[in-house]
Order: sequence, then structure tokens, then C-alpha cells
Amino acid sequence: MTTEARLPTRQLIQPDVPQFDRRTLKPEARDALTGLLLTMADDEFVIGFRDSEWTGIAPMLEEDVAFSSIAQDEIGHARVWYEMLAQLTGDGADRLAFHRQPSEYRHARLIDQERQGWGYTITRRWLYDTADSVRLAALAESSFEPLAEVVAKVRREERYHLMHLDKWLERLATRPGTPRGKVLSALKQLAPVALSVFTPLPGEERLVEAGIIAAPMSELADRWLATVNPRLTELRLRCVPEGRPPADGRDHAVPSDAFTALWTDFTSVARLEEGVEW
Amino acid sequence: MVAPTIAARPLESAVWAALHDVHDPEIPTISVVDLGVVRSVETDAGSVRVELLPTFVGCPAIEVMRASVADRLREFADEVTVEVTFVEPWTSERITEAGRMALRAAGFAPPVRRQDGAALELSVLPSLPIADCPYCGSRNTSLENAFGPTQCRAIYHCADCRQPFEQFKEV
Repeated sequence: MTTEARLPTRQLIQPDVPQFDRRTLKPEARDALTGLLLTMADDEFVIGFRDSEWTGIAPMLEEDVAFSSIAQDEIGHARVWYEMLAQLTGDGADRLAFHRQPSEYRHARLIDQERQGWGYTITRRWLYDTADSVRLAALAESSFEPLAEVVAKVRREERYHLMHLDKWLERLATRPGTPRGKVLSALKQLAPVALSVFTPLPGEERLVEAGIIAAPMSELADRWLATVNPRLTELRLRCVPEGRPPADGRDHAVPSDAFTALWTDFTSVARLEEGVEW
Repeated sequence: MVAPTIAARPLESAVWAALHDVHDPEIPTISVVDLGVVRSVETDAGSVRVELLPTFVGCPAIEVMRASVADRLREFADEVTVEVTFVEPWTSERITEAGRMALRAAGFAPPVRRQDGAALELSVLPSLPIADCPYCGSRNTSLENAFGPTQCRAIYHCADCRQPFEQFKEV
């Protein structure tokens, strides 16, 4: 986002996005689409920043490298979603990323709290990555072509994250004592909020009607549960997610202390001098 | 990527040839053409338009490549447009044979050639990727880290010549 002034954002996405928008997207579908993109952008942005907090302090050098690289991928995904949003709404990608109040972010509650320890980070990231993969799969055939195109690219990157996190989850879960205990206690904390990734979106039925997303969030939640529960059972992790996605799973009207602290951190440079062009 | 040798389009051919001079800033032995980053070249009277495909969505090198391509092509037209597009995904299959040789020469294992497109499905976890050692050619190698110094590189170790090396990831 640092080169926005020199490189107009419209060049980063295929040039015919605006025409597509005007001709084909009904205003209600466009509003719902911006809501969807905002949740995806904020999810990737927040988890990317949380990943980057491990740089230099991960339990082993290889994980410093891995988490830094994963963070870079996620921030890159967030950037492209913010830029797509900017095109759809006339807003600015930088403003969306760095100049909103904490209460205006729409990341899932699953990723709202601190990174905590390594076992918690791995468990949460596995829950998020498996959920994100279900969401991306539902967008692979999107009728909104610019979205489908980026999703095709993003999925090729995300499979490396999923492979990495699944191996780590297995590694920790199959080591008796402390490692397995950390995963179990993280699951106990996280299982109730894991479905927040599938919080119903305002107007999502319009997205389904328009073929922008394959199914409503509640159905994606079922698909996700059908994916993760067998794997958790296989690892004898009895604390499996259940229930329905919460209605307020992305509501931060009263931002948590954890997110306010993260927001203060990631906006600190942007807030140094208002209006400055980087 | 169409072979750029049609005599009827000398300017286009010259542009493709010139693009071989522009290298990946992170792996300077490979050109943007051999890396498969150049999707298309269109020429018209007084204008050149090039489309680039980023190797990774968040690749910081793509902006350097964009600027380098624009600089290199300035001599061909008054109006040079370099666009970054996702209209099709860059995949490691786009790396040319010359590109794979250039990678090996620089100590990078080229990406594994994909056998089965289904492996790209997120729901199907890929088995651990393999790489041939670029130094001794051994297949007796192990993945040390699927994530390397840049987004597109993984780290391996060769059990025969005991050399660590990087692989350009299969994506």
C-alpha cells in the first residue's frame, strides 16, 4: 500500500472491474459483496499482523521464517481485498486498512484475542485456515470474476499454510503432556468462538442469488464442521466445535482490549502524521 | 505466452526480446520472461502495453519488476503501460525450460512439475514436496521449511552432498 500514489490501485486489479460493477452488480448485491470483502480483508489483515508478532520469538528459527512468510502472504491477501473494495466503493485501500476506528473492523471473533502461546497460536490458526479454505472454495466459481480470479491465486498459497498448520497441530496433539495439554486447553477456549468466521452477512442471500458465493454462511459452517470434526476426532481431541454461527461474531461495537492494543500498534505509523503520502 | 517471433509484428518481437533483459530482483539470474511473469505484450503505434502476473499475491518484487519493465521499454514507445493482473493465476508451470536451467545454475531447485491438478485443491493436503539437489542432482533430499526467505521459496537439505538449498515453490 505504500506505493499507492505512484501506482494507481486500478492497475492492480484487472482494468474492467468498474464496468462489470456498473453493468452487472445490482446495488443490493454490491453492498453485500462489499460486506463480504471487508470481512475477508479484515480477517487476513488481523491474523497476518498476529502472525508477524512471532518474527524473532518463535520457538525455533524455522518458525520465525515460516510465520514471517505466512504473515506476508496474509497481508498481501488483505491488500488485494482492500483494493478491490476501494474500487467497488470509491474508498481508499489505505484508509480501510489503517484509518478506521477499532469498532469498525469486521474480523472474526476467533482471531480477536492475543496470540498467547505457541499451542494456542497453532490451534487457532488451524481453525482459521480450515474455515478460510471452506470460504475460499465457495468463492472459486464466483460470478464476480475479479473475485474468482484472485481466489484462484490465493488458494494456491493457502494450501501451504494449511499443510504447515495441520502438521503442527498433529505434532503437538500427539505429544502427551504439555504439548497436547496446550492444544486441548486452546480448543476449549476457542471452540465456542470458532464459528464466528461464518457469521451471517447482511444481505448474503443476494450474494447467493447472484452466484457471487456458492452458499450462505450457515451452510459453509456445516461444510467446515464436516471437515474439521473428523480430523479432530482422529487426533483424539474431543473438544470439537459445535453449534451455529453467532449473529454477533464480527461485531466489535465495544472493541476488546486485545484488539485495541493490536490496532494501536498497526496504525501507529499511519497515525504519525495525518495525510502524509508514503 | 505466445512465441514472440511473428515477422509481421517486429515491434512486438523486439519488446519480448528486450524483456529478457529484465530480471527477477530476488533471483537475478532469471528473466521475467523465463519466470513466466509476462502474460502479454500488445503494441500499437506509439504505445506498448504489457501485462504481468505476480508469482504471489503479496509479492513485493512485482512493483520492482513493473518499474524495471517500464524503464526497459521506454525506448520503444511514448506510452508504456505495465499492468499487474490476476486474470489468470501465475503458476510454477509457467517457468520456461531456460528458466529452470537458470534457477539450477544459481543454486535453486526448480519447482516440481505437477502430475495432478487435483493436488491444488485446498481440501487435499499436498504430500511433502520433493526437490532434486541443484548441486549434485541427488533426490535424497528433505524439506526443511516450506517457507523460505521469500514467499516463493522453500528450504531443503541434501543428504548426499550435505548442502542446504532453496527450491522455487510449486504453486
